[in-house]
Amino acid sequence: MSKTLIIAEHDGQNLNSSTAKCASCATAIGQEFDIIVMGASINEIASQAAAIDGTGSVLSIDAEHLANPLAANHASEVVAVAGGYSHILGPSTTYGRDLMPRIAALLGVNQVSDISAVEGAHQFKRPIYAGNAIVEVQAPESVKLVATVRVASWKSAGNTGSATVEARSASSTASSHTRYVGLQSGGGERPDLQSAARVISGGRALASEENFELIYSLADLIGAGTGASRAAVDAGYCPNDMQVGQTGKIIAPNLYIAFGISGAIQHITGIKDAGTIVAVNKDVDAPIFEVADIGLAADLFSVIPEMKQLLS
Amino acid sequence: MKILVGIKRVVDYNVRIRVKSDGSGVDTDGVKMSINPFDEIALEEALRIREAGQADEVIVVSLGGSACQQQLRTGLAMGADRAIQIDSDENQQPLTVARAFLKIAEKEQAGLVLLGKQAIDDDNSQTAQMMAALWDRPQATFASGMTLTGDTVNVVREVDAGLETIEVDLPAVISVDLRLNEPRFVKLPDIMKAKRKPLEVITMDELGVARENDLTVSHYAPPPSREKGIMVEDTAQLVAELKTRGLV
Repeated sequence: MSKTLIIAEHDGQNLNSSTAKCASCATAIGQEFDIIVMGASINEIASQAAAIDGTGSVLSIDAEHLANPLAANHASEVVAVAGGYSHILGPSTTYGRDLMPRIAALLGVNQVSDISAVEGAHQFKRPIYAGNAIVEVQAPESVKLVATVRVASWKSAGNTGSATVEARSASSTASSHTRYVGLQSGGGERPDLQSAARVISGGRALASEENFELIYSLADLIGAGTGASRAAVDAGYCPNDMQVGQTGKIIAPNLYIAFGISGAIQHITGIKDAGTIVAVNKDVDAPIFEVADIGLAADLFSVIPEMKQLLS
Repeated sequence: MKILVGIKRVVDYNVRIRVKSDGSGVDTDGVKMSINPFDEIALEEALRIREAGQADEVIVVSLGGSACQQQLRTGLAMGADRAIQIDSDENQQPLTVARAFLKIAEKEQAGLVLLGKQAIDDDNSQTAQMMAALWDRPQATFASGMTLTGDTVNVVREVDAGLETIEVDLPAVISVDLRLNEPRFVKLPDIMKAKRKPLEVITMDELGVARENDLTVSHYAPPPSREKGIMVEDTAQLVAELKTRGLV
């Protein structure tokens, strides 16, 4: 029964890249793994999951009440198939962080959150204190392992596979106590922040929603995703889904450029795994320069237009 | 209706923590301790619901040694009606905390449980979801807006894709996010008043909760540090550097 189950994340159209990252973690654990896809009309998503290298089989549970990512509904389905698995992995995205502890509690086990490295089948590393300490966690071998995978720490597995897709019917009905109302998406057509190779971010120094257009225009020029500090989101300059940091998104792009972000530890924890960190800030003493690979102490309002000119 | 609010005593969020040199833990000697900031927001929301006449009583509960009474007193000073300390010297894990909180919620017949979305020490983000699962009740995590109408709560959740709205029936467990509200400041007279408010101490044995299937945490280490970077003089140098490194 030493087998891993990965919970696929998707938006109803496409598989989220977090699933292929969980697959890399499962491969590091060193066991065969299956992927469970839950949703409504998910044939296409199930075949995307089947293409992830190393996948044993894909369990596809297609039911109307699974269309929206309600933890109460999705947890019941995972628990129903859990008997065949020793390990159950989900991503440390808001979807996985919402769902996985519900599964763990139903199975009567503690959860390992945010696996950043695998040391053994039940031994992992994870960050605590906003990434200011790394600990080793040993989970009991006598019970199932339920964990979230810190997606920023893992590369996506390849997608040349062709696993079989098993269609299964849902084992439960819709929860009566929780109802989905809707999603207001802040994002436009730009690359997804969590999987973008380049990210341009703005902080409080942008000073207004209008000025954030500077960030967007530079991002569009180099095909980057866009991010923000908590201060900028709190001030209403940009939507919440752009927040990077301990309580926002933890990202690992090849290139991260921070404009007018001072670099509170809560923000730094969200970008520590970036390939190259660039910081532009008027304040030469801003803590962001301590982690920046390339720093420029200058006014972003002159730097961004100059960069646009030099890059176009 | 009674609202139960969970409070965790953590290292203050302004403190830069240090890992002990022998790797046995994080140095908390003489370090400022506070209510976990997310829990403070949960308490503020509970107080506002009570002040709006939609709840009768706000109870703060914390699991820990006698030191956490300090944070419970702060909660009382903010405006909670009474406090419960679940006495335990050990550092308990989320499953145990969820079980203990559930015992209290059942005993008090709480209609709503509000918790922080994560504690800033362990960053686990589990207790609310676990408690909801064990209770077989709805969960609404990462709440940045909530409206209570009769027996249902409309909750706006901060998710990766934007703002998701769900509706849950009470009783429910809601974990709160940063932008839900701004907690009030405690005034001196409130601190004096809080000293006279009831604080009950109850043991894990009395609740009938024991730890089980715990994870073993060890080898605390500081994170790997990044190599020291360079400073450039102007935008032209910056763009040249990015091009040299093949980044743009």
